[in-house]
Amino acid sequence: MSDTDASGWPGRVAGTMAMWLFGLLWALPLLYAIWAAIHPPLYATEFELRSPLTLANFAQAWHAAPFARYFLNTVLLVTFTVVGQCVLATLAAFAFARFSFRGRDLLFSALLLQLMISPTILLVWNYREISWLGLANTIPAMGIPYLGSALGIFLLRQNFRTIPSELDDAARLEGCSLLGRLWKVYVPLSRSTYVAFGLTSVAYHWNDFLWPLVISDSVSTRPLTVGLEIFATPDQGVQWSLVTAATLLSSAPLLVAFLIFQRHFVQSFLRIGIR
Amino acid sequence: MEQHRAAWLLVLPAALFIFAFTNVPLLATFVSSLYASPVAGHGGGFVGLDNYRDLLSDPSFRTSLLNNLIYAAVTVPVSVVLALLMALGVNAAIPGRATLRLSFFLPTMLPMIAVGAIWLFFYTPHYGLVDRFTRFVGLGDINWLGDTATALPAMMAVAIWKQAGFFMIFYLAALQNIPPVLREAASLEGVSRCYFFRRVTVPLLGPTTLFVMVTAAINAFCVVDHVVEMTQGGPDNASSLLLYYVYQAGFRDWDLDTAAAATVVLVLILGLLASVMFALFGRKVHYR
Repeated sequence: MSDTDASGWPGRVAGTMAMWLFGLLWALPLLYAIWAAIHPPLYATEFELRSPLTLANFAQAWHAAPFARYFLNTVLLVTFTVVGQCVLATLAAFAFARFSFRGRDLLFSALLLQLMISPTILLVWNYREISWLGLANTIPAMGIPYLGSALGIFLLRQNFRTIPSELDDAARLEGCSLLGRLWKVYVPLSRSTYVAFGLTSVAYHWNDFLWPLVISDSVSTRPLTVGLEIFATPDQGVQWSLVTAATLLSSAPLLVAFLIFQRHFVQSFLRIGIR
Repeated sequence: MEQHRAAWLLVLPAALFIFAFTNVPLLATFVSSLYASPVAGHGGGFVGLDNYRDLLSDPSFRTSLLNNLIYAAVTVPVSVVLALLMALGVNAAIPGRATLRLSFFLPTMLPMIAVGAIWLFFYTPHYGLVDRFTRFVGLGDINWLGDTATALPAMMAVAIWKQAGFFMIFYLAALQNIPPVLREAASLEGVSRCYFFRRVTVPLLGPTTLFVMVTAAINAFCVVDHVVEMTQGGPDNASSLLLYYVYQAGFRDWDLDTAAAATVVLVLILGLLASVMFALFGRKVHYR
């Protein structure tokens, strides 16, 4: 490709330098937090290149608040929510894709309302409902409002509709039951949709904060995000070395997962278009 | 008939949950915004638009609404422009582009609460890097989160930092979808890079820009985790946003009528954004 840009190579070098500066500036908040987390508190904000490195902040932060319990709560919450979403969405998507029943299209558009108004916006009323059900301050309560996922139904329905009905018919002739066909034909052929929806949903619920904040009220239910918020904003005397260490600890699982499955995550986000 | 029953049974569980926690609360919120709850001395009952009148005469609601509009008006275009710059930079064959891409994208994988904690540290008077920098260039100590003039812009910076990298991947995908033939043809014709960018690249990125803008606008009204964590809407409501106002009315003041009316305002704004999206995307079916 010939270069018609008047500035030629000096321009390109300048452009590269500018990009690097931009990238460095962008990384600064995170780098500053990492610096504070891996140095003794005395050096947290002193840029002495020979400052001793330490992992003590991580160990100390881990014990300064019940982070192990918070981790467990988040893992339980995310598993419950995402597995539940996939199961319910699979069943509903199958009906919307392969059955014709009265009121189907009306019902479908009513459900899609959730794409526009998420349950989080309606937190005041949902809090009432969950309390009325006697579920406040439980781990399921944090996931229940999201169990029915319009996004999941929408994506799976689209995918199910592309599966040739010959495959379905063949399975039926072999005596496969309705759920058997769903499980043996439709689910395996939609693996990439499950991965895309699953990764997006895991990232969303791992990071979700406002709803868990209002509905969880004890160490035994609080997820990581709420635990971290309490730890990071004490009434007095913030210890930045510990806060930054705790912040990195609680973000680590998702960051590591992202670094390993980078391509899958990016593909999923691109495909779905929202977090 | 058999078919009918099977279909309804399949749909029922998901529909039940969606109706119970989205459609029904939405309707209930709307209805309850027209009623006054019975409180000591007052019976309550249908009050029409009184709750809305009260809402509009509440200065902290007006501030939150205005703040949110300003917040959206700044974070949306700035995120879009930065995301495009990032994508252009990372798309060019420059050394270290994988590292650059990671630097831009990592903030989007962090929970907003972690981002908030990092920026709390970043903004801390005396210790934070921002304050050190402003002192270094002679601007003196600025309490970014504690000053009514800077609290909202400080929140905007956090939101932009968190989301721009996410939008970058959409631009990157769109740039890579531009057929190289176009570039080659332009070179043969001796078209300058600048002209090519303005007349070919930008128009081809149109649908992506639209999508990114709508998503950023929705984020601007739906994400307040950082406000809860960093400023609690303060000082003096300077950084309060609509959803934060709803949260406070509902869970600090236990004023459910006000919370319901404010939620309806928020829903109307989101509805407006959604209809803009449908109207514009309807015509751009070729996109993805």
